[in-house]
Amino acid sequence: MRYSQKGMATAPNKNAAEQDILQRFVYLPLIAGWLVPGAGHFLLRKWGRGALLAASILGMFTLGLLMQGKLYGGASDILDMLCQAGDLGNGLLYLVSRALGLGADQVQVTTADYGTRFIVVAGLLNVIAAVDAHNLRTGRKS
Amino acid sequence: MLRPSHFAAVVLFALFASVVFGITQRETPRRMLRYGIYCFVLFVASAVVLSWVMFLIAR
Repeated sequence: MRYSQKGMATAPNKNAAEQDILQRFVYLPLIAGWLVPGAGHFLLRKWGRGALLAASILGMFTLGLLMQGKLYGGASDILDMLCQAGDLGNGLLYLVSRALGLGADQVQVTTADYGTRFIVVAGLLNVIAAVDAHNLRTGRKS
Repeated sequence: MLRPSHFAAVVLFALFASVVFGITQRETPRRMLRYGIYCFVLFVASAVVLSWVMFLIAR
């Protein structure tokens, strides 16, 4: 007796379901790429590009923290607000690091200033990478 | 605590930024590599040139 596997959670059907979600929600790579560096490209099966982007952004963010860089939060000054917007580009990295209390409260040495810029720029680069994943998804880029 | 020199920080910054620029701004792997190298050289060279300019102005 033959059974139909249609609708069952078999490997081919799971892949088809994943593809279906990806096809329906155009902004999924953009949001995933923002939350986790490189995830947008991984969703589109661009493994090499995703790995390089993830390594670069994670490396820059981690080095920033190791240099005692500051994580902006509750900014009131306009320049601080811009830096906080850059920090927010790191997605979950920023949110988790803030929750864990990582990063310095105040910049006291020169390397901490470098670290602060590293964290802000990592966030901005992550936004560029997420937009690139969106462009790949929509077909603007191949 | 990590304490890189100013030049080491510039090189690390240039490396990471160039990788992202190369991948996101070009379409084929060959052109990505070329653009990444171009950005890296431009980042480091402009930092060295500006450092010399500031050194000469400060004297």
